[in-house]
Amino acid sequence: MSDTASDWKVECRRLANRIRAHCLRMTHHGKGGHVGSMLSMAEILAVLYTRILRVDPRNPRWPERDRFILSKGHGGGAVYAVLAERGFFPMEWLDTYYKDGGKLMGHINHKVPGVEFSTGSLGHGLPVAVGMALSAKVRGEKHRVFCLMSDGDVDEGSTYEAIMFAAQKKLDNLIAIFDYNKIQAMGHTRDVLDLEPLTPRLEACRWAVREIDGHDVEAIDNALQNVPIAAGKPSWITAHTVKGKGVSFMENTVSCHYGYVDREHLEKALKEVESAP
Amino acid sequence: MRTLFNKVLVEAARKDRRIFLVLADIGYGEVEPFMEAFPDRFYNVGVAEQNMAGVACGLALEGNIPVMYTINNFVFVRCLEQIRNDICYHQANVKIVIVGGGLHYGALGMSHHSREDIAVMRSLPHMVLVSPCDKAEAEQAVYAMLEHQGPFCFRCGRKGEPDVHKGPIQFRFGKAIRVREGRDLTFLFTGTIGSEVVAAADVLERDGVRCRVVSVHTVKPIDQEAIVAAAEETGGIVTVEEHNLNGGFGSAVAEVLCDAGVRPKRFLRLGLPDRYDSLVGGHRWLLDQYGLTAPKIAESARRLLG
Repeated sequence: MSDTASDWKVECRRLANRIRAHCLRMTHHGKGGHVGSMLSMAEILAVLYTRILRVDPRNPRWPERDRFILSKGHGGGAVYAVLAERGFFPMEWLDTYYKDGGKLMGHINHKVPGVEFSTGSLGHGLPVAVGMALSAKVRGEKHRVFCLMSDGDVDEGSTYEAIMFAAQKKLDNLIAIFDYNKIQAMGHTRDVLDLEPLTPRLEACRWAVREIDGHDVEAIDNALQNVPIAAGKPSWITAHTVKGKGVSFMENTVSCHYGYVDREHLEKALKEVESAP
Repeated sequence: MRTLFNKVLVEAARKDRRIFLVLADIGYGEVEPFMEAFPDRFYNVGVAEQNMAGVACGLALEGNIPVMYTINNFVFVRCLEQIRNDICYHQANVKIVIVGGGLHYGALGMSHHSREDIAVMRSLPHMVLVSPCDKAEAEQAVYAMLEHQGPFCFRCGRKGEPDVHKGPIQFRFGKAIRVREGRDLTFLFTGTIGSEVVAAADVLERDGVRCRVVSVHTVKPIDQEAIVAAAEETGGIVTVEEHNLNGGFGSAVAEVLCDAGVRPKRFLRLGLPDRYDSLVGGHRWLLDQYGLTAPKIAESARRLLG
């Protein structure tokens, strides 16, 4: 492998770590929650925004852009972080997260440059992504539509309505990415509402499915560079992730869904993510 | 009215490729001309109203004009959160068509009646609501709907509504239409109950009571001028709606009057009571049970006038 080829992986991992650091600071200073949900998708966002999505920070509404919908709107802080890193808006905006009169509200918001769609109630992202993908098909447009979802999203009935319809219309320009960190608001997903066996269920619904390690930037890149997984089928990429990833005392804990990061824990957490490879 | 709606929609869709029709498996016998003429712009998502609203929103955000169409409550209760968060918050150019608004689907029962839609829709920021009373208004309202940029709710009748307007009308979005003139009392109504209101005014006229009758086809934004004029120029106001009294059209009229500091000499709201019944019967029979047929509307007005 050439140096150039491995450089991007290093860069992606560094970007993921910076996303984590931003999220820890933002939620600490804003006294917000949901940091665990942000930490689990840092690598996915890093790869999407540097390797996959055709987007232009100087022209966020460029008509030919790929559409990206974050259905797990509570993790919006991580998308704000990657958008700031990519130059969609000034880095200082991150300091206003959750603040009175600030630029960035807790759940992802479409008034922020680079954000396609506002969510916050789960189960809303995929149906809208399906509508966008359908429009692109009818109008012969070549952009793709990506939708990033959480464990809780996959509980929602509306998500299954959209799953069935997307397959019915053979929307192979639609890519669902499932940040499967296996913890939802009140407990472990297997205890609350077990999603398994998920892959056979999705395949039975006529989606093409791949499972990857959602913290391995090479695996994420490989999966997302090779969509659609199958012609004529929507693609579903289950990214197995760890809630609270990168901070040892948060990883795989239910409490990091809502929990606030106090000053003492912030410093420890930052040390870990900033020294990570 | 729904047949006319579909006919006008097909004509409009012929000229405008942005128009899509998105259904949730309701519309049999009505929507086929659209389906046959524009198969790539016709989508039946199945019995999945949340997805219907989400897909419509996605289509709208891409510059299309999707029309969501299904019976009554299915188009706005089951998917209200999608209408609120996805469509209204994003000011998506989605058209929501409530077929049979009110008690039109009479004997099908409570599940198929729409008696909360005005209250719900008018509380949603960025939503507007038009409720035409007859075919003349409905035809113009379809064009108004397609011209309007943003969420738009069209409260459609069902079939065989009598004409309220006897000749051509000047339909302007947001402006009520005076159907007849009188000074003793004003009937303000919205929607297909209009034919009963006009008939009630006929009954009263035979007794020498001359009523102004106003069709308030646009419930939001409501025509404040017409409401204030009715209070100031006539002997009182009776609002008539095929909808719950709580939060509905009459409430909207009362809000306008209170905000304007105008007190009508007399005021009465006619509509559906604050309870769900289990009455079995056709549309007109149900209207009669709730005092919303012409003789009963006239009787309520007489009592008000004393």
